[in-house]
Amino acid sequence: MAKKQKPKLAVWKFASCDGCQLSLLDCEDQLLPLVGQIEIANFPEASRAVVKGPYDLSLVEGSISTPHDAERIHQVRRASKFLVAIGACATAGGIQALRNFVDVKDFVSIVYATPEYIDTLTKSTPIAEHVKVDFELRGCPINKEQLVEVIGAFLQGRKPNVRQHSVCIECKRRGNICVMVAHGTPCLGPATHTGCGAICPSYDRGCYGCYGPMESANAGGLSLVWEGLGANQSDLVQIYRTFNAYAEPFYTESRIHESKEH
Amino acid sequence: MTEIALTVGTHSVLERASLDKLFAALSKRGFRLVGPTVRDGAIVYDELKSAADLPVGWTDEQKGGTYRLKSRNDGAVFGYTAGPHSWKKFLHPPAVRLWQADRADGAFEIKEEKPDAQKTAFIGVRSCDLHAIAVQDKVFLNGRYLDPYYQARRENSFIAAINCSQAGGTCFCVSMGTGPKAASGFDLALTEIREQERHYFVAEVGTELGAEILAELPHREVEGHEKAAADETVAKTAQAMGRQMDTTNIKELLYQNYEHPRWDQVAGRCLTCANCTMVCPTCFCTTVEDVTDLKGEHAERWQKWDSCFTRDFSYIHGGSIRATPKTRYRQWMTHKLATWIDQFGTSGCVGCGRCITWCPVGIDITEEVRAIREAPQSPKGSPTGDKHGNT
Ligand code: SF4
Ligand code: SF4
Ligand code: SF4
Ligand code: SF4
Repeated sequence: MAKKQKPKLAVWKFASCDGCQLSLLDCEDQLLPLVGQIEIANFPEASRAVVKGPYDLSLVEGSISTPHDAERIHQVRRASKFLVAIGACATAGGIQALRNFVDVKDFVSIVYATPEYIDTLTKSTPIAEHVKVDFELRGCPINKEQLVEVIGAFLQGRKPNVRQHSVCIECKRRGNICVMVAHGTPCLGPATHTGCGAICPSYDRGCYGCYGPMESANAGGLSLVWEGLGANQSDLVQIYRTFNAYAEPFYTESRIHESKEH
Repeated sequence: MTEIALTVGTHSVLERASLDKLFAALSKRGFRLVGPTVRDGAIVYDELKSAADLPVGWTDEQKGGTYRLKSRNDGAVFGYTAGPHSWKKFLHPPAVRLWQADRADGAFEIKEEKPDAQKTAFIGVRSCDLHAIAVQDKVFLNGRYLDPYYQARRENSFIAAINCSQAGGTCFCVSMGTGPKAASGFDLALTEIREQERHYFVAEVGTELGAEILAELPHREVEGHEKAAADETVAKTAQAMGRQMDTTNIKELLYQNYEHPRWDQVAGRCLTCANCTMVCPTCFCTTVEDVTDLKGEHAERWQKWDSCFTRDFSYIHGGSIRATPKTRYRQWMTHKLATWIDQFGTSGCVGCGRCITWCPVGIDITEEVRAIREAPQSPKGSPTGDKHGNT
């Protein structure tokens, strides 16, 4: 039997905190057996070595926020057979997409001594706004089990088991008591994409929406429940305006409540 | 104590203090005990060590979208109503491995999952939930595709039912003909009676096993006034239902109203979060996930609770058939109340009220039926469901 070429895996970083790449490093136990099977060709958090493309699987972390990155992502796409966007930055623009609600020039002139040196785009945008993305793995940060699942599915040529329904389903499968219904604690779970394992409700907290909107999120309907539990308009602006602020319908929902704030 | 012949249908008296002995008798026979206990601000169903774990002195208050645990000062043991969990948590668990496989010499070897032989005693099963178990029995144990795992769990179960001494704010078992008195499907059925000086249970024998267990406990023949107190307890509960649903011709009503404007209205409120299906004691739907390890040496197939509120649930090549919240809510309610009757010969709703309490928005199945019944669609309206009633 001819020796198969080892698949080449690359990790790319755009505007991000590196947290999602660290999730990958955190998978070391699961990844060790892979050492003989795949070639890690580019992984800024783990090594300096860079191997030339083409790559079989590219994991892309971070959002597009500079003209240079807007160019570079096309190079990554051209060099990659499969491209998977990982984390809230790459799938929704990240926390840095808060700039999308204001004029970025105002920020730059306040924050930097010499604003002329800053070359930035007016918006922070997800990878899929720039190139074709084969799969999006949500979360801030991503869940390492899900990451291993995506890599495993890729290696075995099957579809990853990554669902897009509400957090509530996972929460209920765990046997949790609903914090919103039983304690009156506001929770974003009904509008939030599953994947974390319902961590916060398992620790008696409401969901913060780290995984962004679920497949058929009814943010307006959920806001009414929050209002019933005492949330005011600025609370509602804030809850939708976090790591996934630029993802619909969270984007529009926070704008609706912003317009009602005053 | 007078010895009486304990046969199916007879009633005896069991003092409150003997509850421990019931637990001990079941444990001695190798039963794992599961039943109500207080956890995380609710009365849940979990494994119990002894009768001391029961929610003595606790109750709940429920309405659409709200549940609150409250204390009560009369020492009632079963003084609460249907809570966040149902027995399907044990009988049809949320995640089950069906088989695993390992690669070996160019082929693969399947390891079957053995059915669970753990004997389990369910303590405090209410009438609505007995009916829900009977409904799931029809789903899993009838027809061509019998579920051997469910069957093993059912064959190894002992059921100690409790007749409801109060109705919850979202209960409507009377409308569904499923309570509040346990009629069948139990080994023992208890009615809790609290009087000034006494606290006792009237116990009805449902099976020979129930009789055997009861025979091991201190008990005596029921007296007329005690039996009357038990009857009065359930009669009062029946008068106090938090909700009602008119089920007259309900199947036809829903089949004739597929395009009723009410579906759009409820879809605007529904979050498609699926909580209603997760808490419903009769909802049985699952998905199957195949997982592999990274090296592709080991594979497992898992069955997990799923819901018709998800997009993938109705995904077939090219897309999801029920793309909108309206079609998903309509599928859910029509399945519960109408197509279930065609499919299994019974309603899929037992009136436990869980879907009303645990819906974050408080969408109320009884209210939705009422709205359609009060303003039915004109007969000209064109039904869009297929002949199986899928909408
Ligand atoms: S606690 Fe939150 S995530 Fe869990 S079921 Fe309730 S609303 Fe959903
Ligand atoms: S549909 Fe609602 S009320 Fe009926 S059995 Fe299910 S959870 Fe209970
Ligand atoms: S209502 Fe939905 S989840 Fe429940 S049994 Fe029917 S199709 Fe399945
Ligand atoms: S009816 Fe309520 S519980 Fe069910 S999916 Fe809609 S919002 Fe969720």
